[in-house]
Amino acid sequence: MTPAEIRDEILDILEDISPDEDLDSLDDEKAFRDQLELDSMDFLDIVMELRKRHRVQIPEEDYGNLASMHSTVTYLEPKMKDIVKS
Amino acid sequence: MQANSSRYRYCSRKLAHRAYLLQIFCLVIAPNRASELPDDQRIVITGVGLTAPNGNDWSSFREALLEKRSGVQPYEIRYFGKTLAGICDFDTNRYQKKKEVRRGTRAGSVGVYAANEAIQHSGIDWENTDRSRVGIYVGVTEHGNVETENEIYVIKGFDYDTSCWSHHHNPRTVANNPAGEIALNMGITGPHYTIGAACAAGNAGIIQGAQMLRLNECDLAIAGGTSESIHTFGIFASFNSQNALASHEDPSQASRPFDVQRNGIVVAEGGCLYVLERLSDAKARGAEIHGELVGYAMNTDATDFVLPNPERQSQCVHMALKKAGLEANQIDLVSTHATGTSSGDFQECKALRTVFGDCTNTRINNTKSYIGHAMGAAGSLELAGNLLSFRDGVVHPTINVDELDPDCAIPGLVLNEPEEGKNIDYVLNNSFGMLGINSVVIIGRV
Repeated sequence: MTPAEIRDEILDILEDISPDEDLDSLDDEKAFRDQLELDSMDFLDIVMELRKRHRVQIPEEDYGNLASMHSTVTYLEPKMKDIVKS
Repeated sequence: MQANSSRYRYCSRKLAHRAYLLQIFCLVIAPNRASELPDDQRIVITGVGLTAPNGNDWSSFREALLEKRSGVQPYEIRYFGKTLAGICDFDTNRYQKKKEVRRGTRAGSVGVYAANEAIQHSGIDWENTDRSRVGIYVGVTEHGNVETENEIYVIKGFDYDTSCWSHHHNPRTVANNPAGEIALNMGITGPHYTIGAACAAGNAGIIQGAQMLRLNECDLAIAGGTSESIHTFGIFASFNSQNALASHEDPSQASRPFDVQRNGIVVAEGGCLYVLERLSDAKARGAEIHGELVGYAMNTDATDFVLPNPERQSQCVHMALKKAGLEANQIDLVSTHATGTSSGDFQECKALRTVFGDCTNTRINNTKSYIGHAMGAAGSLELAGNLLSFRDGVVHPTINVDELDPDCAIPGLVLNEPEEGKNIDYVLNNSFGMLGINSVVIIGRV
């Protein structure tokens, strides 16, 4: 997956777990928590969905990398570069 | 002089008329033991919120019952396949965000809807209500089966890899979930919990709420029952294996308590929560009062896992009557628990015959014939279906009785057509469940 495809995938997950939010104006550089009503259970949902959809494992010590869209895509790029977007 | 005499006769006639009305009033509103209690120990209903398979508020539910409208529909659930169910169509997003619905449970959504509706109906100034003095007491038949089945279904797709088991599973399946979701949604910080009482749970929730008000543990109780049971295939499969799941080519005729052709239970979802208050508090805020809990009782068969015990059931009814200080004939309407199983209906009728067999005043009906068996919500929903008879004087009938089972032919049954023009002062509501749990509540007109 390309960084753009990874971003689309994360957006798709966020649409599922945060259906009341308007994601069109999401700022990739700002922390998710500063823009969206997300709590720790929601972040676990991101981790869980990546595991279920793509078998991507994110160890707990790396959760901090999921702070913003930019940091998430940067973190996931090497883990998902060989995954073909379906 | 003549004018004075005429005036005197007029006043005398007026006084006599008033005395007559008072006499009628005393005869109609028979005294009960609860009325002897101080107002801060008398518990009244000041709000009703519900969703039933044939109505999403109190008045539309009543209307459906008076119009003999069923809420049973064709239904399909994974593994089990096609069956029938009582399905609710309330707007889940009326009081919950989409995210809340996604994160929570169906029982939670049913509870949140019913609780918000009940508070609105009560007319209380909710914004200025001390939420730390509000208690939530929700009866449930079971909770967690739906969510557990869902997770197992999900991890089946991952070769049963438990790392794909949702972190939401525990908060969804803790036994207090439906009450806790109400607390979260409404910012209630008083006590909240569920009362696991099989299909006696709706009544049990009401009883618990009343007790907590009397103990001054809260000032306002949101109490009753909820059910999400149609979303677990297990309940259908289990009733089917027990030969106790209803089937009929016409879904609206599938739930047929007391009929010779009855062949089991129609599982339903739903919820009904009441706002209960002490009479003193209700009076102080000028609340409209929809009924008073004048008596109740719970007991246990201790004889079988599933088969009811009519002796214990009639004992439970007698206990409630004694607590209310009422004679059986003073009960105007008995709302039966009968679920449409061959054994259960007969056993309840046997119990009722021993209590009400000689009562010429008492009428007996069944609401499951319209909506199926709403499990943890059954007791509180069926009670709500009957409470408006205080105002409209109509007893809605048990429908779908084409041929009354002779074993269920007890006096006072109202079958297929409503009985109008009846003065209803006391409604007795039966709700029984597996493991021999029995509950009875008696509500009086205020």
